[in-house]
Amino acid sequence: MPYLDHAATTPMLPEAISAVTEALGQVGNPSSLHGAGRVARRRIEESRELLAAALGARPSEVILTAGGTESDNLAVKGIFWSRRGSDPRRRRVIVSAVEHHAVMDAAEWLADHEGAALTLLPVDRTGMVAAFDLRAAIAADPDSVALVSVMWANNEVGTVNPIAELAAVAHEYDIPMHTDAVQAVGAVPVDFAACGVDALTMTGHKLGGPPAAGALLLRREVGCVPLQHGGGQEREVRSGTLDVPGAVGLATAASLAVQRREVAAVRIAALRDELVAGVLAAVPDARLHGHPTRRLPGIANLTFPGCEGDALLMLLDAKGIECSTGSACSAGVAQPSHVLIALGASPAEARGSLRFSLGHDSTTADVEAAVAAIVPAVERARRAGLTSVVS
Amino acid sequence: MKVLAAMSGGVDSAVAAARAVEAGHDVTGVHLALSAAPATLRHGARGCCTAEDANDARRAADVLGIPFYIWDLAERFRADVIDDFVSEYAAGRTPNPCLRCNEKIKFAAVLDKALALGFDAVVTGHHARLVDGVLSRSADAAKDQSYVLAVCTERQLAHAMFPLGDSTKTQVREEAAARGLAVADKPDSHDICFIADGDTRGFLAKRLGAQDGPIVDAESGEVVGTHGGSFGFTVGQRRGLNLQRPTPAGDPRYVLSIRPVDNTVVVGSRAMLEADVIEAGSVVWTSGAAPAQPFDCAVQLRAHGMTSRATVRVDGREVTAELVEPQVGVAAGQALVMYADDRVLGSATITRARRTADVTT
Repeated sequence: MPYLDHAATTPMLPEAISAVTEALGQVGNPSSLHGAGRVARRRIEESRELLAAALGARPSEVILTAGGTESDNLAVKGIFWSRRGSDPRRRRVIVSAVEHHAVMDAAEWLADHEGAALTLLPVDRTGMVAAFDLRAAIAADPDSVALVSVMWANNEVGTVNPIAELAAVAHEYDIPMHTDAVQAVGAVPVDFAACGVDALTMTGHKLGGPPAAGALLLRREVGCVPLQHGGGQEREVRSGTLDVPGAVGLATAASLAVQRREVAAVRIAALRDELVAGVLAAVPDARLHGHPTRRLPGIANLTFPGCEGDALLMLLDAKGIECSTGSACSAGVAQPSHVLIALGASPAEARGSLRFSLGHDSTTADVEAAVAAIVPAVERARRAGLTSVVS
Repeated sequence: MKVLAAMSGGVDSAVAAARAVEAGHDVTGVHLALSAAPATLRHGARGCCTAEDANDARRAADVLGIPFYIWDLAERFRADVIDDFVSEYAAGRTPNPCLRCNEKIKFAAVLDKALALGFDAVVTGHHARLVDGVLSRSADAAKDQSYVLAVCTERQLAHAMFPLGDSTKTQVREEAAARGLAVADKPDSHDICFIADGDTRGFLAKRLGAQDGPIVDAESGEVVGTHGGSFGFTVGQRRGLNLQRPTPAGDPRYVLSIRPVDNTVVVGSRAMLEADVIEAGSVVWTSGAAPAQPFDCAVQLRAHGMTSRATVRVDGREVTAELVEPQVGVAAGQALVMYADDRVLGSATITRARRTADVTT
């Protein structure tokens, strides 16, 4: 069954399954003071250290969360509140136009409910943010900026942003910078200290870890108002009983994914190139989105003119080829992707796109099956036309 | 056959899909998202296409073990059903949006897409039968939906499957419960799906703009009241007129006609509401051809209405039905559906209802 939706979620690594399973059988709240509590706490701290080492962070910079959406919300809202709290002029939130909804909607919520002003950074036709544009956005009124958030790599088209360069621009103005690196960790080199950002979102289930386990890497000097209050765990930034199996699985998977990254990325990128070449040979008017070189190894997002992505998805699904029409969060009802629109695609082009994403267990056979299935699917979908569009 | 089951999230379409599976068809479930801004939760029996309805449909598909997708047809629905609904009211007619949805969405946009994608037919939970391909009334007379399906052409019906036609609603609910479908006791939907609060007049006022106008008595010509917009009325309507002045005899007044041109609602006695000649256009013959004419048949003039005996004459795409007994409250815009016993002969859109004597006016 060719599973080509690794950017939605990827199979857990056997090592992570073993680690989680073993931890599930052990009692102990890491906040408890007795022996079982200490053992649980030790598992958490070992996991924190493993994760920190894999990502170029210090253990004290790791805030364990329940995943990417929580980490993004915590960073965007928490840093906004903290910065505005120390200077009420700081109302502006600068984010790129292609952010995941976890950042975009959090920023929009701040604008709708907290008096924030949202500044959207444009992207070029490949989906990349330019340092020039960030500088211009900040320079318009530097004192009003609460934070900048730009994703490391885009989840729909795979374009990788120049994060270190962008962070340097933000820091010229002493503005904190957050990046959503959910798709980047394990796919491209990610070093928290070296890249210079102040906060970084990562999650386990995109790299072979368990779902609902993630982290926000947060520099110690960056203020962040908590979203949830309670026992004061995780530097009082993220209360809630610590999830030992989740942390162990997250750290095991992240550590392995980073160790294996270089070899895996070359193999996966070759498969992706084979897929793209095969599809473009079979459907010559299909168009590949994203940057030609500065891209994630696993993602290929293509528009098939005259087709609806949801029709293609259904036809491929019926043949056992599993892919996606955009980010799965908005895929219940197919709204044209805001990412493709920001890249300059028309709504019809956006509706006619499919995202294939490869991962650690993808094979040549998967790619060949997808290429073989695409031509009949496109022919049928073209006959069905753009049904939902009013002519 | 490879069939597409349209699943609203209600009990009927769930059981229809189940029966298609049981009959050995290769079934794929599809929920049609018809609202551009669906609500999260459903409130009572009104509205449709909430996220909760989509989820109910998904859970039914899970129980049946069939693939399930959501098709976004909100834009088409808005253009073909909602905009049409508003403009028909604005023109003083009374549209039937369910009929329009069958004609333009379920058995047009959805069916065409399904056929192009390699399906052979669309399965729905409508209460109607196809007897040797001829659209016929449901076994459950109270739930019969042949009136709102009669607009479908021979070609459309050739690719339709109505697995519930031989069953009553009670049987459908019992079967849903026996199959473990959670929607077994979900309330029936009522009213117009895209007007979730049931306030049709408010819905129209928001789109057409409320504008006060006179309510005029047909006999005396006197202004007997005011209204907030002629679009809010339907021929035969008695309630909601708020007339300050009763008739001399104290009889209730009914809406006789609506004149959008001068925003006037004309009212009069029940007797003046009677019509025995119904003119209708855009006829569709279920069998593809008109019967030899003139012919006698039963005609139904509104959803869930009684039938009347009539003699029908055909002139191109227009029909004229002479009723044996006059009927009241026949509204332009509604369908005139012709039946031979339980079989549908055809459907046309009512353009005018009059008395035999009015023929020259």
